[in-house]
Amino acid sequence: MTVALFVALSIMLGPFLIIFFASFEPSSTLRFPPTGFTLDWFRKVMGMSMFQKSLVLSLRIALMASLLSLLLGVPAAYALSRYSFKGKRTIEIIVTSPLIIPGMVAGLALLRFFVLMQVFPIETTLLIGHTAVVLPYAVRSVLSSLVNLPVAIEEAAQSLGAHPLRCFFLVVLPNIKVGIISAFIMAFITSFNNVPISLFLSGPGVNTLPIVMMTYMEYYYNPSIAALSTLLIGLTLAIVLVAQKLLGVSKLV
Amino acid sequence: MAFLELVNLTVAYGKNPPVLKGLNLSVEKGEFVSLLGPSGCGKTTTLRIIAGFLKPIEGRVILNGKDHTNVPPHKRNIGVVFQNYALFPHMDVFENVAFGLRMRKISKAQIEKKVKRALDMVGLSGFENRFPSELSGGQQQRVAIARAIVIEPDLLLMDEPLSNLDANLRAEMRGEIKQLQQNLKITTVYVTHDQSEAIAMSNRIVVMRDGRIEQIGTAQDIFLNPRTSFVASFMGFQWLTSGAVESIEGNFVRVSCGEKVLTARATSEAKIKDRVSLFARPKKMRIVQEEMSNSFEVKLVSVLYQGETSLFIFKLGEKQLSVELDSSVELSGKSKLFVHVPAEDLLAVKEER
Repeated sequence: MTVALFVALSIMLGPFLIIFFASFEPSSTLRFPPTGFTLDWFRKVMGMSMFQKSLVLSLRIALMASLLSLLLGVPAAYALSRYSFKGKRTIEIIVTSPLIIPGMVAGLALLRFFVLMQVFPIETTLLIGHTAVVLPYAVRSVLSSLVNLPVAIEEAAQSLGAHPLRCFFLVVLPNIKVGIISAFIMAFITSFNNVPISLFLSGPGVNTLPIVMMTYMEYYYNPSIAALSTLLIGLTLAIVLVAQKLLGVSKLV
Repeated sequence: MAFLELVNLTVAYGKNPPVLKGLNLSVEKGEFVSLLGPSGCGKTTTLRIIAGFLKPIEGRVILNGKDHTNVPPHKRNIGVVFQNYALFPHMDVFENVAFGLRMRKISKAQIEKKVKRALDMVGLSGFENRFPSELSGGQQQRVAIARAIVIEPDLLLMDEPLSNLDANLRAEMRGEIKQLQQNLKITTVYVTHDQSEAIAMSNRIVVMRDGRIEQIGTAQDIFLNPRTSFVASFMGFQWLTSGAVESIEGNFVRVSCGEKVLTARATSEAKIKDRVSLFARPKKMRIVQEEMSNSFEVKLVSVLYQGETSLFIFKLGEKQLSVELDSSVELSGKSKLFVHVPAEDLLAVKEER
């Protein structure tokens, strides 16, 4: 048991620790263990406009995709949990399995139909792609909250005079808050880290952060990428911790 | 026309056989009616139809002279109390009770007054700011009742409201619900599978089976005169034997069962040569040492001590038979024993088909 736990922990934390320590390396090659200590690489990546610009884009896409996936996912999850209809099982599998279609294929398809045919601008296409990728996480998380909410509570509200829509906002929504927040966080992080879809849909001047990082690494093999990764991990941790503190959510996802 | 009329209700889910088959029921204003039956008999389905949570594929629901069949639940003025309370977990007791009033756009002062009065009635004054998770099961059910009656509904529906409570509390709540119902003169339809609950509270009992009404009557009528084998067994009668009607004398029939001829009280119209089942209640049987009229030879199997009384388990042919006797009674398994049932307490129920 202890050994298994140790192995699991080192697999999970090992890469992070290596990157973390490597980001303080004073020489200009990525190495572990580090030979000294410097914060120069942090200063450098934070000042680079290509990273700044792509970070803003990535954050914007992640935010929009998460909101959009909730806007679609909450009603979808509600329908799946409360109604029975033809083909329900199939639809449930499709919308709750994290992308049956490989990201590469989806990216290519979106590229072919939206970008090359100039139906939508690149950023809109990116948003569509990311929403498709994160939607299953949103549906899944909201669905499990809804399944745990007794239908009788809604019936009680309706028998007391609440129109179904009013009942949804006054009774259902407050009780699936935890599911919605964890859906948002999962969706946000998944979109923010996505490479395969973004890889196909990046265009001139429109690049998400992971793509810019990959491109950068092809040319420069120095600790700046490690420093940037450390910053991103810190950011992600901060989001999760703040969410837990603010909402008393002990079990996210 | 009665206050609540259910006309020829038929309900089916998908292509499954119907759960309600042409059910007709009238409930008078101010009446307390129980729907009694085992699980799957359609009692909860009937309640859900009245509340509007379900739509029948056939039939009508008429409340107060108006056809409610297609009225959505939020436009019917019906209070519902659920088995698992169904309180709103994110609202405190006050907000839970006030919910229905808020939907009715009543002034703040009025809401406060009405909520206070409703909580008073269920004995929960001072609990306004507690959350459902901080209340016991009994308290939660009281809040649920207050929430349902505060809107002054035309009809109160209760779906096994006591089945999640422990036995002592259940008995206490029975009395409270009955009192509340009488004080408010609120027409109530109550669903339960517990015959003693139905008997204690109802003006009339509707015994249901397989989506149909098996018997309707006052509590006494159902308890004393079950008209079918199903109702008899459900009300705690035990089947003793079957036979054919030989002669009829007023309410009583002579029934020939093999070489024996027994005298029993007929609860339904019986004709000569009709097949009838004979039933008796565990408390209405006596043990005698010698064979006499209306007696059966039995073998003692075991005794279950219950305090004041004991349940004596006998073997009657292939069947087990329980007889409830004073605990002081001592019986020996060695001597010959007979169970005697007075003709008044031996029921002859016509067999179906």
